[in-house]
Amino acid sequence: MVAEQLAFLAHRQDDMVAVAVRDVDAGTAQWASLDAGARSDIEVLEPIKLGHKIALVPISDGSPVIEYGQKVAIAKADIAVGALVHVHNVRSARWQLA
Amino acid sequence: MATGLTGYRRPDGRVGIRNHVVILAVDDLSNAAVEGIGRLVPGTLAIPHAYGRLQFGADLELTFRTLIGTGANPNVAAVVVVGIEPSWTDRVADGIALTGKPVERFSIERFGDLNTIAAGARVAAKLLQDASELVREPIERHEIMMSIKCGESDTTSGLGACPTTSQAVDRMVMANGTVLFGETTELTGGEHLIAERCVDDEVRSKFQAFYDDYIQTIVTQGVDLLGSQPTQGNIRGGLSTIEEKAMGNISKTGTVPVVDALEPAQAPTRQGLNFMDSSSAAAECITLMAAAGAVIHIFPTGQGNVIGNPIEPVIKLTANPLTAATMGEHIDLDVSGLLTQEYTLSEAGDRLMEVVDRTINGRLTCAEAIGHQEFVITKLYRSA
Repeated sequence: MVAEQLAFLAHRQDDMVAVAVRDVDAGTAQWASLDAGARSDIEVLEPIKLGHKIALVPISDGSPVIEYGQKVAIAKADIAVGALVHVHNVRSARWQLA
Repeated sequence: MATGLTGYRRPDGRVGIRNHVVILAVDDLSNAAVEGIGRLVPGTLAIPHAYGRLQFGADLELTFRTLIGTGANPNVAAVVVVGIEPSWTDRVADGIALTGKPVERFSIERFGDLNTIAAGARVAAKLLQDASELVREPIERHEIMMSIKCGESDTTSGLGACPTTSQAVDRMVMANGTVLFGETTELTGGEHLIAERCVDDEVRSKFQAFYDDYIQTIVTQGVDLLGSQPTQGNIRGGLSTIEEKAMGNISKTGTVPVVDALEPAQAPTRQGLNFMDSSSAAAECITLMAAAGAVIHIFPTGQGNVIGNPIEPVIKLTANPLTAATMGEHIDLDVSGLLTQEYTLSEAGDRLMEVVDRTINGRLTCAEAIGHQEFVITKLYRSA
């Protein structure tokens, strides 16, 4: 049996988001982190393109989004595990008017 | 121990890896003459540009520093400087001549374009023939000053191309080399990580002042930057915020300490990793770094930046398989295998160092081969 192709890579095991390393369809997929290496399953809720991010944990509106072990954004909506994370549901904590 | 590396040792002792004879415009009025000389002597490298008139203060000083530094760069064997009038022309030519390399100068007033082109071409041809007899000699790795900047970043930059570049930065600095990095605004979200790595409080406060000042300039415009910084290309590739972009950006800077914080186009005086206050616009940034003396540039890209530089070879690497597949003419090294865990980061670093060494020894980068020679002067404010 051919090992399933890795779908997402996170920088750290305790990051809240991971990056699609290929175009991923909705359904069960595998992710790994650069620091830990072991693979885990995740239920992908919607198609996620190469380079785009998936939520590894639930993120509530107004919460910080952690990637690289650092705060990289603030959620501007509630985000479910397996959802696409991008400019429609997160914003900069440092730079954004409105 | 022989490194297998070769370069051109210039009269001032610095080492270059290319051997350009440059026809350099002082100002925009001189571009036609500069290009005319370049056409008559096709082996020379004409560098016209859009500015050089009615500038004043720090903005003018930066343009002089950039023009002089460009001519002084060790990748340049000789220079013909052309300006509209003698005074500023002399300033640029005299600045370059301090390096001991051959420099000739012409000014167009009371002479005219056609006389300038004829006289300039005669001199340029001789300089070109003389330069063609210069030979490479064995050199040490630490004699090669390197610059780094990322562009058209996406999330694959932070996962692959930037960490691979980090490998090269650490290796160059461990070999006692000097590396320049910059892109001041793109540190936003991670600037504390750079501040922590500054070697002492003096460097740290210089760095912090550059950062705060640049951000103040941006923020007082009162504009939402999303789409400009991060760019539309960044967003299309999956980057969502400036902070996320900054983390990817910083992941190319190695683990070594930051030994100094430099003004734009200021030559480093300390061996090691130096920060340079600079725009995040690729052509502006590399132009500044080449003016500071960098002779080779590593450029991790995500979505596919295509920029080159006239005097400094730009090496492009990407970890984005779509970019590697669709923009191969621009990509010197594909490290997309990092995303699928096909090889380790250290192995990717080995592959990058191999490209670096071949480029040092004369292999043309993609940008050189297909003629990308973007030269862009950084402006601090309007001319008078």
